Amino acid sequence: MDTTSTVERVSATGIISDTIRTNFLNADYGIKSWLLTKDHKRIAILYLISITVFFMIGGAFAAMIRMELITPEADVFTSEAYNKVFTTHGIMMVFFFLIPSIPATLGNFLVPVMVGARDLAFPRINLLSWYIYVIGGLFTLTALVLGGVDTGWTFYTPYSSTYSNGYVMLTGIGIFITGFSSILTGLNFIVTVHKMRAPGLGWFRLPLFVWANYAASLIMVLGTPVVAIGIVMIALERGLGLGIFDPRLGGDPVLFQHIFWFYSHPAVYIMILPGMGVVSEIMACFSRRHIFGYKFIAFSSLGIAIIGFLVWGHHMFVSGQSSYAGIVFSLFTFIVAVPSAIKVFNWTATMHKGRIVYSTPMMYALGFIGLFLVGGLTGLFCASLGVDIHIHDTYFIVAHFHYVMVGGSVMAYLGGIHFWWPKMTGRMYPEGWGRFSALLVFVGFNLTFFPQFIAGYLGMPRRYHVYPPEFQIYNVLSSGGALVLGIGFMIPLIYLFWSLKYGEKAGPNPWRAAGLEWETTSPPPTFNFDYQPVVDHEPYNYSEIDARSSATVSTHSVQEEQHV
Amino acid sequence: MSDHSEHHIVPLKVYFLVFSALMILLFVTVGVAMVNLGPFNIYVAMSIAIIKAVLVVLYFMHVRYSTRLTMVVAAAGFIWLVFLLGITILDYTSRSWIPGSYQ
Repeated sequence: MDTTSTVERVSATGIISDTIRTNFLNADYGIKSWLLTKDHKRIAILYLISITVFFMIGGAFAAMIRMELITPEADVFTSEAYNKVFTTHGIMMVFFFLIPSIPATLGNFLVPVMVGARDLAFPRINLLSWYIYVIGGLFTLTALVLGGVDTGWTFYTPYSSTYSNGYVMLTGIGIFITGFSSILTGLNFIVTVHKMRAPGLGWFRLPLFVWANYAASLIMVLGTPVVAIGIVMIALERGLGLGIFDPRLGGDPVLFQHIFWFYSHPAVYIMILPGMGVVSEIMACFSRRHIFGYKFIAFSSLGIAIIGFLVWGHHMFVSGQSSYAGIVFSLFTFIVAVPSAIKVFNWTATMHKGRIVYSTPMMYALGFIGLFLVGGLTGLFCASLGVDIHIHDTYFIVAHFHYVMVGGSVMAYLGGIHFWWPKMTGRMYPEGWGRFSALLVFVGFNLTFFPQFIAGYLGMPRRYHVYPPEFQIYNVLSSGGALVLGIGFMIPLIYLFWSLKYGEKAGPNPWRAAGLEWETTSPPPTFNFDYQPVVDHEPYNYSEIDARSSATVSTHSVQEEQHV
Repeated sequence: MSDHSEHHIVPLKVYFLVFSALMILLFVTVGVAMVNLGPFNIYVAMSIAIIKAVLVVLYFMHVRYSTRLTMVVAAAGFIWLVFLLGITILDYTSRSWIPGSYQ
C-alpha cells in the first residue's frame, strides 16, 4: 500500500528520480519482510537463492564424480561411496535445481508482470510453495548428512524397496514434499494465466515465455502426483511389506519404472519448456524481429506437454517391458521430436534477416539452440529400439540427457537470468565478462560431454567408477571440460553479485525489448505497475519499436550503445 | 462466465438422492462380489465404482454446476489417469504375445 502512495506522491510533484523510487526491493527491510512476503518477485528471489545453493551442492558432487573418473582405478571413493555421490548429484540437480529453476525464479518473477497483473493468483500459496520446497530440501539434505542414499536418482525397485541400506525413505520423503511445491507453483501459474490477464491481452498476445510456463505448469499439476504415489508405494513396501514391486509378494518391479517415468520423463519437459520460452523472448529481442511462427511455437509447447506424457516407456526398452509397448513408445518419442523441431526452425527463421546483437543473453540462447539440437537428435538415437539396446546404460545416455538438461535448460536459465537481471535488480551486469563466461560455458560444456558420447558408444557403462583403461582419454577430456565449465559457472555468480552494488543503473528497458515487463520500472514496484496496463498491440512488435526509437533520440539508445 | 460467478445453491433433495444412489450401489457392489461372474468380475466391479465416482464428482464436488473451464480441468485429470493406466496395461497385456517370452 505504501509503495503506490509514495510513487504517486513523487510523480505528482514531477520530481521522479531513480534514486528515491520505491520498488519491491526497498519497499521494506528486514528478514521478516522477506520470509513473510507475499510478493511474487521477492519469492522469486528467495527461490533464486535456494536453488543456487542446491546447484552448488549438486555441482560439488559432479566435481567429485569427475575427479574419481580421471583414472581407471578407484582412487578416491569406494564403490558404495561412489554410488552415493552420483545419486546425490542426480537428486540435487533434478529435483532441487532443474525442476524449479526457470519456473520458480524467472517464472515467478515474470509471469504476473508479463500478463499485467499485480501478483500471482494465490500469493500465500506461492510463499507456501517456497517453504515446502525448503522443508523438502532439508529432509533430503538430512539424509545426505546421515549417510546418503545409493539407489541412483531413479530409485529403481527392487533395489530401492528391498535391498538398499541407504536413507531411501528420508530422501523419498524429501522429494515427496518438494513435489507439492512444484504442484502449487503450477497451479498458481495456470490460474493466473487464465484469470488475470490485463485488458486487451488475449491468449495470442501472451509472450511465448508465458505459454511455455503454462505448458510446463500443466505437466507439474498432472504429473507430479504420480511420482509422489510411486514414492509412497516404495514406502509401503519397505515399511509394511505390501507386495507392490516385489515379485515374491506378487508385485512387479517394472511397475515402478512405469509410475516413475510417467512423471520423470515429462519432468524433462518441465525443465526444457520454460527454457524454450526464455529463448523465444531473447531470440526476438536480439534479432529485432517479430518472432517467426508465433502460434506454432505456442501450440508446440502444449504439444510437447501432452505428447510428452506418452513416451515414458522409452526408458524401459531393455527392462522386460513388452516389445509391442516398446514399439508404441518409440513411435511417440519420434513424434514428440516434431514440436521440438518446429521451435528450432522458428527460432532460426526469426534470426533470418534480423539485425542480430551478440549480447550475453543472445550468446546463451544461440548456445542453447546448438546444444539442444545435439541433445534432441541424439534422443532419437536413444528412441530407436535397436540402437538403444547398444547404448542403454552407457555414457551415451549420460551425454544425451546432459546436452538437454544442462546444454538446454541451464543455458536458457543463465540466458534468462542475464536478460532479465536489469529488470530484477535495476542494475546491468558487465557485458564483457558476460560474453566471456557464456563462451567459456559453451566450450567447457562441449569438452565435458562430447567425449562421453564416444566413450558411451564404445561401451563405457554409466554408474561405474572403475573402467577399462582404453576409456581414460575420454574421461580425462571430460574432467578437464568440467573444470572449464565450473569456472564458467563461477564467473557469473561473482559478477552478478558485484553488479548488485557496482553495476550501472539499467533504466526500465535497456534492451528496447517488447513486453509488459519492460514498460514498468526496474526493479518494478511491489504491485508491478503504477497503473492498470492495457495491451493494444501484437507481441514482439520490434519493427514498430525500432521505427519509433529511430525517429526520436531516446536515452535508451544511448544506454544501449554502452551496454550492448 | 458471469452467470456462474455466484455459487449455485443445490437443493438438499439432490444430495439425499445422490447419497441414496451411492448407498444402493454400495449394496450392489457387495452383492455382486458374492456372485462369481468369471472374467466379468472386474468389469462389473469397476463399472459400479466408476458410476459412484462420477456421481461424487458431478454432485458432491459441484462440477456439474461449475464453469466449462472447471469441467475441462476435472476431465484432464481423468484423461491423464487413462494415459497412465491404459498405456501401462498395454505393456502387461502384450508381454505374452511374443512366443516363449517371460510373462
